[in-house]
Amino acid sequence: MGAAKFWAVSFIVSLMILVVTRSQIENEYFFFAGYVVLQYVVLATAWNILGGYTGYTNFGTGAFFAVGAYSSVVLQKLSPLPVPAMILVAGLVSGIIGLGMGYLTLRLRGVFFAIATLAMAIVAQTLIVNWDFVGGARGIYIIRPEHAPLFGGYIQYLYSLMLLLAWFSVAIARSIERSRLGIGFNAIRDDEQAAEAAGVPTLRLKLIATTLSGALMGMAGAPLPYYVTYLDPASSFNLSYAVNSVAMPMIGGMTSWVGPIIGAVLLGTIQQVATVTIASELNLLIVGLLLIAFVIVAPNGIVGLVQARRRARGER
Amino acid sequence: MTAAEPPLLAATGLAKHFGGFVALEEVDLTVMPGERLGLIGPNGSGKSTLVNCLCGTLRHDSGTIAFDGRRLDGMPAHQRTRLGLARSFQLPKPFRSLNLVDNLSVPLLYTVNARPGARLSAAAIEAGALQLLADVGLADKARRLPRDLTQVEMRKLELVRAVATAPRLLFADEAMAGLSPSEIEEILSVLFRLNEGGITIVLIEHIMRAVMSFSTRLVVLVAGRKVADGPPQEAIRNPEVERAYLGE
Repeated sequence: MGAAKFWAVSFIVSLMILVVTRSQIENEYFFFAGYVVLQYVVLATAWNILGGYTGYTNFGTGAFFAVGAYSSVVLQKLSPLPVPAMILVAGLVSGIIGLGMGYLTLRLRGVFFAIATLAMAIVAQTLIVNWDFVGGARGIYIIRPEHAPLFGGYIQYLYSLMLLLAWFSVAIARSIERSRLGIGFNAIRDDEQAAEAAGVPTLRLKLIATTLSGALMGMAGAPLPYYVTYLDPASSFNLSYAVNSVAMPMIGGMTSWVGPIIGAVLLGTIQQVATVTIASELNLLIVGLLLIAFVIVAPNGIVGLVQARRRARGER
Repeated sequence: MTAAEPPLLAATGLAKHFGGFVALEEVDLTVMPGERLGLIGPNGSGKSTLVNCLCGTLRHDSGTIAFDGRRLDGMPAHQRTRLGLARSFQLPKPFRSLNLVDNLSVPLLYTVNARPGARLSAAAIEAGALQLLADVGLADKARRLPRDLTQVEMRKLELVRAVATAPRLLFADEAMAGLSPSEIEEILSVLFRLNEGGITIVLIEHIMRAVMSFSTRLVVLVAGRKVADGPPQEAIRNPEVERAYLGE
């Protein structure tokens, strides 16, 4: 399927999911939970553009996500815009931070880059904690508009936006995967010196990857203040965003755009169910155990398992 | 080749230090168009460092490099590759997650297609990659991953990936290390064919028989200095070269 066709088909599929869920499901909790799962589809897909395709592990997902959320807070205080516009602004702000992170790749690779992204997240959190305008360490209350644009409740509205954002991220990831850019990213992941010797402008490509990945993460964070209505640094910079956005592509499979979706839907749903039925503290434990299991049993994730089985069948 | 012809590559006073260790000390090197130059020297004499500096994998500390009359100092490696300066690596560095066709698609997409006026279609890229693989006898493994290759096939892939950039000058860095005599012949015949096709080749090699039969000129590096430069038979009889290889 060509890129243009994929954008069209996936858009229609997303619209159908939107129409069916919004018309058939009455229970508001579904949209609360669905929003979180879709948010993880965006985060995992965004992480995978840098981590899976290009091979740079980013532990700073929480920072990009929170910067997106706080850019909405700033806008809300200065001059409230419609949420879709805030998503775009958040993407711009986090994209610029992503660009900055890209320059780290000049000097840092592998585990050192990963540690630097973690450090960057802590720096960003410290800045927000000490910035009174956005509530500082106390956090800040955001009053939702009384009525959602279009029809239905506000949470249904946020769910719809996140579904479109998920579609947008996945379509971008899929387009990259099958493009000149994607093969360049893969060359960088496999061997940066060899990529450069083959003519790949590695720095420029890495900057594209970090910017794009960061921008999408920030976009996922932009509606958060309206979702939670109370935003504080400790929860918005939570490490669980970083852990989840690493774990989901790893469990789903990092080589294909399908992987992060599978991982996010699977893990996200398990976490939502566990939160309701057992306890919310259990979430990270589940992620941790699943991650260990997959690293041992299926290092290439679910997509890798399926591919291996298909290959084995083909050879027989 | 006439004496008035300008050199394809001219490096003057090239120096590179790693901390206190002097890897290259004021090395001058010229390569004429169409030449087959052998570059030899004991382990640690700076051969690979020289190639790394010339190709932009490393930045040299001082000196100048000109390729086809154009200064390369400070230019990133991928731009040098696009100008026509290609290299293979001493330890093969295949793109491990990509099959052989895609391994060659990278240089075709990013070098050949990045040159002015070039607009290869996806089909042309694939056909080009398959043709290159067929040229070195790897056609039947076109869809396999590098991990399925033997040692000699891996060396061929490394070489053909450099060739895929359609270079004017090719540095083959120990393309034959660890191969059997018949495999060495195979790689040599590939190199001869490339040279006949108009590619200037610099062969960095330890295997003397291969270097002597291939090279029209020999450059010898010892401890980061160039100690001999001339016809192969003369160069290896140079007293400094004998001392470096055989001791006092």
